[in-house]
Amino acid sequence: MGTPRPMLVYYSSRSGNTLRFVERLGLPALRIPISPKAAMPDPRAPYVLICPSYADGSGRGAVAKQVIRFLNDPQRRAGIRGVIASGNRNFGSYFACAGDLLARKCNIPVLYRFELAGLDSDIARVRAGLDKFWEMECSTAT
Amino acid sequence: MKDLNAPRPVPRAVNWNRLEDDKDLEVWNRLTSNFWLPEKVPLSNDIQSWSQLTAQEQTLTIRVFTGLTLLDTIQNSVGAPALMADAATPHEEAVLSNIAFMEAVHARSYSSVFSTLCNTAEVDEAFRWSSENPHLQAKSRLILDEYDASATPLRRKVASVFLESFLFYSGFYLPMHWSSRARLTNTADLIRLIIRDEAIHGYYIGYKFQRALESRSAAERAEIKDFAFALMFDLYDIEARYTEQLYDPLGLSEEVKHFLHYNANKALQNLGYEALFPEDAARVNPAILAALSPGSDENHDFFSGSGSSYVIGKAVATEDEDWAF
Repeated sequence: MGTPRPMLVYYSSRSGNTLRFVERLGLPALRIPISPKAAMPDPRAPYVLICPSYADGSGRGAVAKQVIRFLNDPQRRAGIRGVIASGNRNFGSYFACAGDLLARKCNIPVLYRFELAGLDSDIARVRAGLDKFWEMECSTAT
Repeated sequence: MKDLNAPRPVPRAVNWNRLEDDKDLEVWNRLTSNFWLPEKVPLSNDIQSWSQLTAQEQTLTIRVFTGLTLLDTIQNSVGAPALMADAATPHEEAVLSNIAFMEAVHARSYSSVFSTLCNTAEVDEAFRWSSENPHLQAKSRLILDEYDASATPLRRKVASVFLESFLFYSGFYLPMHWSSRARLTNTADLIRLIIRDEAIHGYYIGYKFQRALESRSAAERAEIKDFAFALMFDLYDIEARYTEQLYDPLGLSEEVKHFLHYNANKALQNLGYEALFPEDAARVNPAILAALSPGSDENHDFFSGSGSSYVIGKAVATEDEDWAF
């Protein structure tokens, strides 16, 4: 067995910001569908979730319903290793708060935060960070 | 050619149980749950802080707020109504009517700040200043020309996103600057409510722009992209001069321009475009970022941090209701 390929799972609404970020990352990634009728992806390897934040002014509703549905399945949830959260600083203290929420619920680290579709430096940092992160994952996996 | 004498068609009654675009309901819910009025913010707690600003700082603040009032007024009375005529769904029209109303609330809020902190004569002087300021008038002119009936729906959306996501920020900088120095903190709370609303407005109109673009030819897409970047350059030129005029006396112009670049890049992203200004030029003073999103950087993230060890725990059972907080 070689090292497990780093896997990403992401959600992007039709505004497409997260999709554009993932496309520029150029890493293998499964998309959680927008439509509740479409089939959920089934990552067989450990994965990192990339997730936008949709909180209202009180922090409610931060995680998209489809992401919640995806994670409500115990087998799929068991594979999550970290979360990368996006958002907009204009939402004040709730900037990228889906990350903190998921980190608490799933007991995983927030790996990174970025705004909207991300900048080139965000892409570079996430690529480098994921490399290191998967190395550590592999060395600690039993 | 449209028959100008044709009677206005009866609109379809809006049925929110038959959506053509889920984003309409999502944004409607977000905007309505975020509804606020300036009375909710205890502005009078800033009276002492206001008295500690120099006369020059006070004048600057009032002028900046009259400039913001003008943009909100334009968006309330011209921008959002102009977009309503272009709406792709009846629900979009309803969302735009919310946007129009909230712009009126924003415009009204600045007057609440004025009536709490300032005297009538200096406020009247600032409104006179804004009506005569060449840069403020020039950027309003550029936007209004695109709202005009002779422009196209796509151009109107570009202009609207630039107003919502770019033009406000030469003004928003100042209350964030005061807030980072523990001054006018209640006024900053009010401004953050406005900033939050404008983010959703820019996001939604930018989203509708991208949807409208889907059905256009490659040539049309290239043309509107050229238009968008050209308009951004023109607006930026004006904003840079407006910024220098306002902030040079405080030595803040260069820092404000970084903030303008940062927000111009975000405005372009709302339209689905790539950033225009290089990251070095768009790096914002961390104190301003912290004032924008207070507390959000307290939990450092893994890739930006030192890479110290962390613990992966066991995933716990989650249900739908666990997530609703």
